[in-house]
Amino acid sequence: MEKETEKANSITVYIRRFDPEKDAAPRQQQYTLQVEKGMTVLDGLHMIKQTQDPTINFRFSCRMGVCGSCGMMINGVPALSCNTQILDVTTTALTLAPLPNFKLIKDLVADLVPMFGVLKGLQLHIRRNDVEEMEKPTYEYYQTPHQLEEFLQFTYCIKCGCCMAACPTMATDREYPGPAPLAQAYRYNADSRDDARDARGDLVAASHGIFSCHYAGECSNVCPKGVDPARAIQLMKKDLVLSYFGLAKHKCAHLHKKPDKATYKAKIEAPPHTV
Amino acid sequence: MANKQFDNHLGIVGWLGGGRWGVERYLYILQRLTGLGLLLFFMMHIFASSVRICGPESWAAAMKILKNPVLKLGEFCVFVLFSFHALNGIRLILIELGLAVGKAEEPVYPYKSSLNNQRPLMVIAMVLVAIIIIAGGYNTIFGSH
Amino acid sequence: MKETAYWTWFIIAALVIFVIAGLHMVVMHLPMFGVFNPESGAVTDWGNVAFRSKNQFLAFTYIILLGAVLYHGFYGLRTIVFELGPKKSFQDGFTVILWIVGLVLFGIGTYAAIAAKALETAL
Repeated sequence: MEKETEKANSITVYIRRFDPEKDAAPRQQQYTLQVEKGMTVLDGLHMIKQTQDPTINFRFSCRMGVCGSCGMMINGVPALSCNTQILDVTTTALTLAPLPNFKLIKDLVADLVPMFGVLKGLQLHIRRNDVEEMEKPTYEYYQTPHQLEEFLQFTYCIKCGCCMAACPTMATDREYPGPAPLAQAYRYNADSRDDARDARGDLVAASHGIFSCHYAGECSNVCPKGVDPARAIQLMKKDLVLSYFGLAKHKCAHLHKKPDKATYKAKIEAPPHTV
Repeated sequence: MANKQFDNHLGIVGWLGGGRWGVERYLYILQRLTGLGLLLFFMMHIFASSVRICGPESWAAAMKILKNPVLKLGEFCVFVLFSFHALNGIRLILIELGLAVGKAEEPVYPYKSSLNNQRPLMVIAMVLVAIIIIAGGYNTIFGSH
Repeated sequence: MKETAYWTWFIIAALVIFVIAGLHMVVMHLPMFGVFNPESGAVTDWGNVAFRSKNQFLAFTYIILLGAVLYHGFYGLRTIVFELGPKKSFQDGFTVILWIVGLVLFGIGTYAAIAAKALETAL
């Protein structure tokens, strides 16, 4: 098997270029790249930047599918460039473009900030009515493994924006929150410790809200982390309809009861602030 | 810099294809188009059917116009639109009420999504659409009216 | 919350349409179920039309179907138009126009269904 040398494959790479200082609209530039087995699209971009054209701009950070910086259109499909091997996609031509449905900053860099703004606006953190307990916690909140499973899948979102680029509603509707923020809203609404379901529900059920999803399913098709935003959105619609009819089961977690035999330290000191 | 950004929204073209073209994407766009077609038909249908209050002569005259083969074909098209829109609509209702998308599950590569959960339903719906359209076509051509 | 109500009724209307329009299709296109078409000949022959028009049950379902289709159709149209991203003022105006057009069409259709009940079986 070792004799089998991997033949270097020469492919044409088309990269969408856009310089806000010079260009009125994006243009395409062509490169030739020697591809080896195992080479990711991000590796290829680095190779081109190092050996052919240092002016190419692309964003990356972790290089291992965790940070969500390097999402781009790879042969017409939104994906993480660090997570996609070139030879899995093509053996002849590779087309790279920035994620659509965002504003374009430069070359392959889309401006994800509006998405982060929407995420921020949806109050994506545990919110409770027992403010006193939140400020000065005495015990943990009770949560069974089953309750955890109800939202665990949606916690894997890395906010890369691939789903936003694939979503047909996002293509025209600027007020639609998009698959990622809606899925994250459901992630907190499905969390048994959360107390702000109705408030968050009102936010997403506004005009141009969650009901502008018509299940084209593209977001779940392209999600690089298997988060399945489409599922989260449909489950949230179900909750909204149930609560419209007053049938929603409110299942907010209570404080964990202290087991009979357990002993607690009199006072648990919080570590000192570091900042 | 911010004011010089290029607006990269796909626009209405994005309704047709933003990324990978799944079957559900086609169904989504077809559901829209058939819905618009049916709405247009229904507006005409309200007025056409209201002719009956003018008495049998007007009604017979109106029906004579509708016997035109072109309109007969149009009627069949409406039937096709209706069967698709209705059965795909039932699929969408089941999905959008969270009944056909399954429960949240641990994502394990290769990822499966809710699309896999609803796919049998989609196949059943489309097979039914095909059967109904063929049966309706048979009835239109060989039926008594 | 308002949108949840709109959408929920959109879905309920869809189910109503599925049942009643399904019945309508059977009555109109499968003449072997002759309950509503006593006269021989086509379902659009005057005798059958007049019979159906005078039938209380069918008149009632027609009116329900009319309302459901208008609501379902116009909400769907509104969704599509809204997703094209028009201005807020246009959106508000469009919603009002759809309500007005919908109510007018509902009025016309309901009038026709009720007036048709008074028809004599001709000839």
